[in-house]
Amino acid sequence: MKHSFLKLLTAILLLAVGFSGLTSCKPKGTQSAAGGDAAKAYVAPGKYDEFYSFVSGGFSGQMSVYGLPSGRLFRVIPVFSVDPEKGWGYSEETKPMLNTSHGFVPWDDLHHISLSETKSEHDGRWVFGNANNTPRIARIDLKTFRTVEIIEIPNSAGNHSSPFITENSEYVVAGTRFSVPMGDNQDVPINTYKENFKGTVSFIGIDKTSGEMNVSFQIATPGINFDLARAGKGRSAGWFFFSCYNSEKANTLLEVNASQKDKDFIMAVNWKKAEEYAKAGKGVKKQVRYAHNKYNESTHSATSEIKNEVLVLDPKDCPDMVYFMPCPKSPHGCDTDPTGEYIVGSGKLAAVIPVFSFAKIEAAIAAKNFDGTYDGIPVLKYEAVLHGEVQKPGLGPLHTEFDGNGNAYTSFFVSSEIVKWNVKDLKVLDRVPTYYSIGHLSVPGGPTSKPHGKYVIAYNKITKDRYLPTGPELTQSAQIYDISGEKMKLILDFPTIGEPHYAEAIPASMIMKNSQKIYKLEDNKHPYAALGDDNAKVVRKGNEIHVYMTSIRSHFTPDNIEGVKLGDIVYFHVTNLEQDWDVPHGFAVKGIGNAELLIMPGETQTLAWKPEKAGVYPMYCTDFCSALHQEMQGYIRVSPAGSNVPLTFSTGTNLPATTPAATGQPSTK
Amino acid sequence: MIFGSLLLLGSCNNNSSTESTSTSADVPAAGGQEAVQDDVSQKDVVKVAVGSPDHTTLVAALKQAELVTSLANAGPFTVFAPTDAAFGKLPAGTVDGLMKEDKKADLQNILQYHVTTSALDIKFLKDGMNLGMVNGDNLTISVKDGKTILNGSATIVGSVRASNGWVHVIDGVLLPPAKK
Repeated sequence: MKHSFLKLLTAILLLAVGFSGLTSCKPKGTQSAAGGDAAKAYVAPGKYDEFYSFVSGGFSGQMSVYGLPSGRLFRVIPVFSVDPEKGWGYSEETKPMLNTSHGFVPWDDLHHISLSETKSEHDGRWVFGNANNTPRIARIDLKTFRTVEIIEIPNSAGNHSSPFITENSEYVVAGTRFSVPMGDNQDVPINTYKENFKGTVSFIGIDKTSGEMNVSFQIATPGINFDLARAGKGRSAGWFFFSCYNSEKANTLLEVNASQKDKDFIMAVNWKKAEEYAKAGKGVKKQVRYAHNKYNESTHSATSEIKNEVLVLDPKDCPDMVYFMPCPKSPHGCDTDPTGEYIVGSGKLAAVIPVFSFAKIEAAIAAKNFDGTYDGIPVLKYEAVLHGEVQKPGLGPLHTEFDGNGNAYTSFFVSSEIVKWNVKDLKVLDRVPTYYSIGHLSVPGGPTSKPHGKYVIAYNKITKDRYLPTGPELTQSAQIYDISGEKMKLILDFPTIGEPHYAEAIPASMIMKNSQKIYKLEDNKHPYAALGDDNAKVVRKGNEIHVYMTSIRSHFTPDNIEGVKLGDIVYFHVTNLEQDWDVPHGFAVKGIGNAELLIMPGETQTLAWKPEKAGVYPMYCTDFCSALHQEMQGYIRVSPAGSNVPLTFSTGTNLPATTPAATGQPSTK
Repeated sequence: MIFGSLLLLGSCNNNSSTESTSTSADVPAAGGQEAVQDDVSQKDVVKVAVGSPDHTTLVAALKQAELVTSLANAGPFTVFAPTDAAFGKLPAGTVDGLMKEDKKADLQNILQYHVTTSALDIKFLKDGMNLGMVNGDNLTISVKDGKTILNGSATIVGSVRASNGWVHVIDGVLLPPAKK
């Protein structure tokens, strides 16, 4: 049995080799290890990838940065979840970034990515991510690859339909996934959903120069669920399209009750008009509470401000601003093609992919070609706005991206495949399996007016049997396909962090030249910075001990500290004096109920520690910095509450021993 | 084994796949960390020496001794950097002799005796202190009349902070103790 199996295997191998020898010539040398199509994903050691890919971390709350086509992971940027490795949410400076109207929130679920755009093309300045659970949007600066701003979205619950962006980064949007009771009395029976629950979509303005976000206005909507969204571009640039489900307004067992109707909606918003209404004072200012958190790269510190007001536009008072377009069966993805003329809706349960025409939408609005209203909002006639339907494309369409050649690529969760089709004639051109259960997909530049094409990356939910198993929980994964030819070709699988949802990719050349190397010490305005060993000191303020500490290869100043007493809170303000790229220092203290610090060159970060027991505590540099990294260490002595050990600090010299140093006993007076 | 040889038979010369491997144009130059393009960070100890008009002999010697890559590392280093004049005080022909290929090991030994792997501000150099140098030998510090002197023979005449340590300029060349 075993023998015949081996024979069979040998035969198959011989056949395979024979075929490959006959049909194609494989490369030599290192590349033959990654022969054939796989060589297209091979980036030799020391060579750079062609694209950066920013991948949502899903339930990890973070965003990861990969190179394409190699699939190499470069960095995980902490965004909505604490990250003890980087001190994110643990250092005094970063804690305010995770403040919300609910207080400090240490976790969230980041689903979607938006790279900033100018004229509907990527400009490489910022990347935005959404918090799906406690509604927020974060902005990451692509010079530092750090989260520099987080704004909470009021009147929202489940910020899923976010943070999609307009053609010149005027706004990112935030549509609420859950409709909820709003206003003064939110303590209502859940089964009063139909009368008491409402939705909103928010437009978050972005400052052209600084990137700073601001909740410019919200549009009040019926109590339905917003899923995804895309801005128009080109001719449709002043519009935004939001997919919505649960037009049934169900509040329980949605998998059945929100699937009763044949069609839900795509909500078309004329945001230019909404902007005019907001400026003209058509909105109502509502009292709310939301946090706006900003990181200052000069003080190396975040601040959190609670804001109390938001401008809400009601479509009833703002004609010609909002329309509904019927869309089959609980649409999920809602994507506009590079020209902005076609809007693709993907009904999760639909047997077709409807493609809407913006020219037809405009004509239908002009002709008032309506099919009644929904909660007072005009519903456009399906046939009047439809460009056409892709027939029998696959099962469970979710999302669509585009190449620069008039083709669309749609992911199908249920049938685990990507289907390529022509946007104009709606004919299916190719299909490839994904392994398995694809969610989002991404083409470099895919959501812009000028896609770079070349690759489509599948982000898969299930990887059963694709990798070495790791117990009940398996890695999630990405798969990259070459789309330069007529047929899509799988060239690489690579694992991802958390659960990847949406991702965007951008040419490396647009970002790498701006990447910051160090923080300049002369620009460090941190109030507790010690800009040089000579400025290091330890200061007592009541029961607070402030250690103005410096770190440089390979010592801390000070590295011997005495005179801390139980009941004190010690703040280690560590300034990294290095002015050298890629030389962070770390800092940790034994027994600390906190994280480490990772301090970049020229930066100051603070770790708070409340010692609970008298003794001598070691502290050390946690980031391998130098040949004598292991020597980069020190001690801090903690004495009982009544001790008279004076506050002293030093580096490189031994101060005279203090009495009663030998025993550390409190004085008896 | 059979499989491998078949693979060889099945392969042939072509470059069809190399196109995909060269990607972004900005590819780092070959070499160690001394080749990293960086105009923002402070200069490392090698760049400090290269930038000094008084250290041409030292820089040439560091290159000949193949120490440039190591000294561009994270270190940190304290480099005692003899000036050209200091090398000039050696007996005639000494430097030229050391620059010969077959004397590379001797040159490395001498240069490594000028480097220690910690970044020492001059204020840390105390009278009577011993420093373990990269070549394995010790060096003795003395401080007299405010002057910091090494092995009683070379005086520190200036100090420059570098990204990966300190360069202390000295007026004499340090010679490692004779091998026992």
